[in-house]
Amino acid sequence: MLTIQDLSKTYVDGTRALSGLTLSLAPGEIVAVVGGSGCGKTTLLRLVAGLDVATAGSIRLDGATIDGPHPGLGLVFQEPRLLPWLSIAENVGFGLGDRPAAERRARVARALDRVGLADHAGRWPRELSGGQQQRVAIARAFVADPRVLLLDEPFSALDAVTREDLHRHLLALWAETRPTILLVTHDVAEAASLADRVVVMRPHPGRIHETVALDAPRSGDAAAQDRTARTLRALLDQSLAAPPRPVAQTA
Amino acid sequence: MSAGTASPLLASGTGGDGTAPAMPGLSRSWRRGAGRTGGRLVLGILIPLALALGWELAIRSGLAQGRLLPPPSRVLGTLLALAQTGDLRLHVQATLLRVALGFVAGAGAGILVGALTGTLPLARHLLDPSLQALRAVPSLAWVPLFILWLGILETPKVVLIAVGVFFPVYVGVSGAIASVDRKLVEVGRIFRLSRLALARRILLPAVLPGTLVALRTGLGLGFLFVVAAELMGASEGLGYLLVDGQQFGKPDQILAAILAFAGLGKLADGLLVLATRPLLRWQDVSRGVL
Repeated sequence: MLTIQDLSKTYVDGTRALSGLTLSLAPGEIVAVVGGSGCGKTTLLRLVAGLDVATAGSIRLDGATIDGPHPGLGLVFQEPRLLPWLSIAENVGFGLGDRPAAERRARVARALDRVGLADHAGRWPRELSGGQQQRVAIARAFVADPRVLLLDEPFSALDAVTREDLHRHLLALWAETRPTILLVTHDVAEAASLADRVVVMRPHPGRIHETVALDAPRSGDAAAQDRTARTLRALLDQSLAAPPRPVAQTA
Repeated sequence: MSAGTASPLLASGTGGDGTAPAMPGLSRSWRRGAGRTGGRLVLGILIPLALALGWELAIRSGLAQGRLLPPPSRVLGTLLALAQTGDLRLHVQATLLRVALGFVAGAGAGILVGALTGTLPLARHLLDPSLQALRAVPSLAWVPLFILWLGILETPKVVLIAVGVFFPVYVGVSGAIASVDRKLVEVGRIFRLSRLALARRILLPAVLPGTLVALRTGLGLGFLFVVAAELMGASEGLGYLLVDGQQFGKPDQILAAILAFAGLGKLADGLLVLATRPLLRWQDVSRGVL
């Protein structure tokens, strides 16, 4: 269980990126976070990943406080961020350094197979397309069986067809070990098709505007997903129109 | 595995696709590669060759005297004579030894100090301003001091070359570290790499291209400074040949020494590039596209 309690982040320049955010994710749950620019989506993910430090509040994974990168967490960035000097297989196995070589090879082979890149193991990242590189990044995050996977708009730079393809690969990998997924996206259709629950955020400072639980998540029912996407879009418009919360004055 | 493909973690024995390249294809590609290299070589010597031929013809036809700038045939003759007497080998050996020692010392120090100032803010704030100020001092200005401190034998010469090599390597390495992509460092952080592992697995490969460029610049400056060092007073070395040629009015010997310098410098640079090329196979460069 991932528990985020009263999480706030104010940057050194005084920008309040997040304010009092509370959210719990059950094991195996996929929660999508949607919101406009400046609503703190990426900040939230960076705090959970342990890349930044919160100003206030706490993040716990199965009761243990997270105050830095944690072995139970995996992260897929907006860009693939593959290490260009490593082969595709070496990139996928990058985080498995402490495992026996045979296990490492087997895990890498399985992960690459799941994302349809088994025959690209020996290639350099530069030889792959953007979509293929992002599939490698997803395989790299999944390969160590994280309990929680954080996805920071990993499909945003891809065309619609490639995005659909990656959704399929993501769900195939997720179905194997069912990690908890926290997906940040600006695409409400994507949130509607992948998530169990969608958190709509509002900006200045970033906080939860509304949470929507989906009736039949990942059912493949296009009409239902379209209805959910329309609801989310309306909520998103509403969140962006909402007046900013006044900054508390200190005496 | 095709050329330029990474060594696969998974594959065993053959290439990533499990097949060995067919010999005719390999042979064709080798021939193509050799042809391209040959073509580049011809292009590379085209201009110097044309100039040399032009000058030779100008002198033979009486258009120029060639007293101060002798014809290429005489310069090559002098070079050949120096080679036959064994003098050329002696001078080349002396020069190469000085460059090698100075390069190793200067590049080693440049990499070490560059790595320190690039990774530790305290070291950067402490050392970089002084080093940048010292970098602005023309290196030849150190010569009187080095002679005073270290005499006129080998040590001051090697130290002068090392100083010449140090600065470009230092600036290159510290700059390469400073420009390492933060996003790649975050990948290392997500996988909880220790500082040492982060340096070995992310920083080192990331700064390698910049470091190799700095080393090439340093090597070039090593050859530049060996001349200055040998002008300080040497009894052997290509720099000595230059001074000797000037004092005894032998322009053909001066040009022969300059030719030897050019050849050695190009050879050393080529060897450095060749030795380090396998380390940079992963780079997505524009060479071959432009």
